[in-house]
Amino acid sequence: MAVAIARKFASEKYDIQLAGRHTAALQPQQQDLQVRYGVTATTHAFDATDFNSHAAFYAALPVQPDITICVFGLLGDQEKAQQNWQEAAAIINTNYTGAVSILNVVAESYAAKKQGTIIGISSVAGERGRQSNYIYGSAKAGFTAYLSGLRNRLFRSGVHVMSVQPGFVNTRMTQHLTLPPLLTAQPEAVARAVFSASKKRKNVLYVKWHWKYIMLIIKSIPEGIFKKLSL
Amino acid sequence: MQKRLANWGNYPAVASDESVFTQEEQLREYVVANSHMIARGNGRCYGDASLGKHSISMLKYDKMLAFDTTNGIIDLQAGVTLDQVLDIIVPRGWFLPVTPGTKYITIGGAVASDVHGKNHHVDGAFSGHIIDMDVLTGSGNTICCSATQHPDLFWATCGGMGLTGVITRVKFSLKKISTAYINQTQLKAKNLDEVLRLFDEYKHYTYSMAWIDCLQKGDSFGRSILIVGEHATPEELNAEQKKAPLTLPAKRKLTLPFNLPSFALNTFTVKAFNWLYYGKNYKKVMHKVIPYEPFFYPLDAILHWNRGYGKAGFVQYQFVVSLEQKAGLIAILQRISDKGWGSFLAVLKVFGKQESLISFPMEGYTLALDFPIRKGLFEFLDELDEIVLQYGGRLYLSKDARMKQEIFWNSYPNAGKFADIVKQYNSNNRFESLQSERLLLTK
Repeated sequence: MAVAIARKFASEKYDIQLAGRHTAALQPQQQDLQVRYGVTATTHAFDATDFNSHAAFYAALPVQPDITICVFGLLGDQEKAQQNWQEAAAIINTNYTGAVSILNVVAESYAAKKQGTIIGISSVAGERGRQSNYIYGSAKAGFTAYLSGLRNRLFRSGVHVMSVQPGFVNTRMTQHLTLPPLLTAQPEAVARAVFSASKKRKNVLYVKWHWKYIMLIIKSIPEGIFKKLSL
Repeated sequence: MQKRLANWGNYPAVASDESVFTQEEQLREYVVANSHMIARGNGRCYGDASLGKHSISMLKYDKMLAFDTTNGIIDLQAGVTLDQVLDIIVPRGWFLPVTPGTKYITIGGAVASDVHGKNHHVDGAFSGHIIDMDVLTGSGNTICCSATQHPDLFWATCGGMGLTGVITRVKFSLKKISTAYINQTQLKAKNLDEVLRLFDEYKHYTYSMAWIDCLQKGDSFGRSILIVGEHATPEELNAEQKKAPLTLPAKRKLTLPFNLPSFALNTFTVKAFNWLYYGKNYKKVMHKVIPYEPFFYPLDAILHWNRGYGKAGFVQYQFVVSLEQKAGLIAILQRISDKGWGSFLAVLKVFGKQESLISFPMEGYTLALDFPIRKGLFEFLDELDEIVLQYGGRLYLSKDARMKQEIFWNSYPNAGKFADIVKQYNSNNRFESLQSERLLLTK
């Protein structure tokens, strides 16, 4: 999904700074953005779970980005995470703590400048905990709440915060799952939606409109009934 | 993930476990841990060459690594498709050195099939334009090869249908152009003799091919329309085209959203051909300057045109016989025409010389046409295979879904040598397709 989003913004002539754990692995992506779109692209080492490095990482960027898009995430293994704290911690630290840690740094910088856009890719899984993925879901729930609070706080300083709830997306994260085609978006469609929603300064984006209503229904099921369901 | 996969002919359709890769390291781990795998691009070959128990989808391995706009050299990961390449290179004044009749294929697929185009008699096949490429072999090692570096691997990979390993990166030279348009000439030929004479007369043209009507008999046997062309110069463009000579006007794409009954496509092509052939004001020779897209990719204008053959699917039959075996071309065309099972239209082309290990093209006549799947078809095609073999010809592996193994081994002179090189790089038969099993290339 990160690749598709980077390509979409590059095609709109944005220069791109790619941040990830393995800069060597990001290099073909960097070259691709330059060859296809003629923009400047750079790579930067970043580990979402190495919280202490985040302030220095951001300060060392050659250019302060106008838009920061937080795309990292870890689905993990729910069953394993129930029994194994390391797995649970990795899911929480990647999807929630790591995201909060880096976006806190970015938010302070944007608040001081009184400009900037923060886009966080959260998940519909965060809207109600379900037995099949509540560790991931609860971390994303935390992230969604964080983004909404941040949006509330930064509104007056002119900084825009957008939460994205993509629903199912055909990515490497989901390649071993069988997904319902009608509810599954291609990464390129997510990227297009993210770009146009950010131009319109939308607050919350559901990529496939069905999801908004599916989640409304799921959220409105009384807990007494919900706990008996196997979703 | 288990998927039902088929290539462009919708035949055969098989269950396959598909894996997607974006990073070379992930791919390497997968390759050394599995067997019965075959790399797969955009599924536009017609047969079973990219179908296997496990398929490696290369479509997300699609990064453009470098483009030298001064010297016209491009370096790409193998999953990039030709349409993406054209979008980048044409506005900068470059074109593909060789292109098949669809732009929806990957670079890896172009190499594995060693594709040819309308310019084969002048520019050869795709392999002749490769500077170097990386192949991830059965040992898990990525080997950079070219005509001079690991030439055995290089030549067994060009046209080798993915059996030496996964092609991961290809660097090749482009062709300089000054406009995105083609100066095209169409010529009517009343029969096969005339079209072959015209091919010869127009052989100095960079691009040439003919649509041939397979159903005509007697004096009109093999009546055709020969289409030749050159990249247009800026002076040849009209005022509108001159405003942006390297940019094509935007247009909408049509699509066939579902399978049509199987007679539909033939009815359509009959009408289209007759319109071209008998259309009002249609002269013997017609010139026009057209965008490169309808010239190279007329069928790409209709997405999913393969659905026109219905649910049962079709096979495409493409053979080549040498120039001395014109009698063979006539004999085969005669059989096809008598049977009347093939598509009404076939594509005829004269190949130039090509040195290769296992690539399909050789100097001679090549004919390609579709056969909708029906009872008795494979027996009939087996008979055709025998005639092709008798005249020293061979079939294109990218179109093949049914050839018997002995036909392959007897018609490709270097089959044994190719199989030996494959063994060397494809340890434990890690790479295996339905086609390689059928042709006993991986045993």
